Amino acid sequence: MNARQLLLCGGIALAILGMSYGLWYAVFAEHQALDGIGHSLASAFQAAAERNPATGDQALVQYRQAKYAYDRQVDVHGHWIGLAMLLMVLAIGLDHVGFSEKWKLLLAWILLLGSVLFPLGVLLETWSHGPIPKAVAILGSAILTAALAGMIIGFLRRQDA
Amino acid sequence: MATPEPLIASTQWDRTAFQWLSTRRLLTLAGIGMILAGMVFGDIFAVFVLHQNAARVGASLAAAAHAAEAGDTAAVAAHFKSTGEFLENRGTKVDTHVHLTTFGYLALLLALAQPWVKFSEAIRRRLAWLLVFGGVLLPVGVFLIHYVGLAYSPLRDIGWASIFADLGGLLVLVATLSYLAGIGQYFRVKQPSPPDQFLRERSTASRWLLAGGLGLVLAGFLHGAYYAGVDLYRHEAEDYTILAQMSSGAAARNPAQINQALAAYGQLQGDKAVKIAAHAHIIEFGLLAMLLAFFQPYVQLRDVWKRRWAGVLLSGSLLLPVCVLMEMKYGLLAGGVADFGGLLVILSLLAMWIGILRYTGSVDAMAKEAQP
Repeated sequence: MNARQLLLCGGIALAILGMSYGLWYAVFAEHQALDGIGHSLASAFQAAAERNPATGDQALVQYRQAKYAYDRQVDVHGHWIGLAMLLMVLAIGLDHVGFSEKWKLLLAWILLLGSVLFPLGVLLETWSHGPIPKAVAILGSAILTAALAGMIIGFLRRQDA
Repeated sequence: MATPEPLIASTQWDRTAFQWLSTRRLLTLAGIGMILAGMVFGDIFAVFVLHQNAARVGASLAAAAHAAEAGDTAAVAAHFKSTGEFLENRGTKVDTHVHLTTFGYLALLLALAQPWVKFSEAIRRRLAWLLVFGGVLLPVGVFLIHYVGLAYSPLRDIGWASIFADLGGLLVLVATLSYLAGIGQYFRVKQPSPPDQFLRERSTASRWLLAGGLGLVLAGFLHGAYYAGVDLYRHEAEDYTILAQMSSGAAARNPAQINQALAAYGQLQGDKAVKIAAHAHIIEFGLLAMLLAFFQPYVQLRDVWKRRWAGVLLSGSLLLPVCVLMEMKYGLLAGGVADFGGLLVILSLLAMWIGILRYTGSVDAMAKEAQP
């Protein structure tokens, strides 16, 4: 598989993954998540009206957890699709990159890996608050940014040639 | 069985050609049209709905907090119900804007990828219509969610508008999967890439758009990394802390604490919104610029005008996110300049769309003549 095939097929596959995840989330999880956020926040203030701080605190903790998960689940959907489109654009513009096929393939693998890992790490944060999901997300975004910078250097080299 | 050489050539030419209502032209015009519609909708939403809606959300949250202070449980529930409705109104409009523009980008990308889809023109065109239909159905359905609600719905939580929106998403998914299958078939056969004018473009406008677009995407990545590292967890912690202060102020019947918390909450939401909007817009505009770089040979305008519109697009793409970021400090002035930046992007996109609409087939004719 050459760099263009990898970026094009990987990009479309990632877009499909992001869309499938978004479709599943919209049908089976989003309404429940939004209801949970609204309900827990309303409960916190109703408990305050009843002068019941313990129930209010508990409801606010539920709100915090539900909001934390919701924000990340929506971000994962958006980032997978956005990064997929970037991979596809880079695949199409690969002729403008002034590197050998070996370097292009290496950059393509790093871009694909980073595009999968970064949102995956964010998604894992909804299951575990430990350091591993954060490390996955940071690693994914770092290698993605580095590979994109590499692609820019490749585009500049081509124009200088 | 070996395919006769002229047949391969004509099939490849079909896949790269840009004649009227070919798959490529359909996806290109529909894609830019969807992006334009999404941006115009986003601009109208930003100018006429966003701030007014945010004020209503703030007012109903304040009313709920003061009702809690007065010990009126029923009023708290009523105010939160209206807060939820205002938030749903805002959320569905943001989703309409985002999905319409994103499906436009996807259509443009698939237009560029057509030479690698090993299906007949008729099948590819049907898939294109399916993608465009689904890509319009989803945002329209999402837009109507707030107005249709659960009327006549067979389901307890999901209304008809949501059902049609999900159907639209499914159609886009099916079309994209089919294109992926076609690309997979192409690469399995190991054919050489067909000559394609889209990929050979080296004009000044094209290079500006490609380099500028990549620069914008990288700036967006770096800003996103900074936001995730510095602001994200602080914002989440403050969101919880401020709401806890508001709630405890209500329980302790302390209106000063409630008002202080409400002001801080408004500031926090504003800060969060502008940073996320700047991050999303700079990357989206970068991608758009890169995509448009490949379509320049088919924009039937004079070279000088192509360069001017490329410059206008890049200026607007930078102006909007930078001024959105400055909104917290400079208020409506920065907001107005940001809207002007959005208008510049819309105008340049419209000019390129008209240029593509005017294309009469000159590049294709030259490519066909050059064939052996």
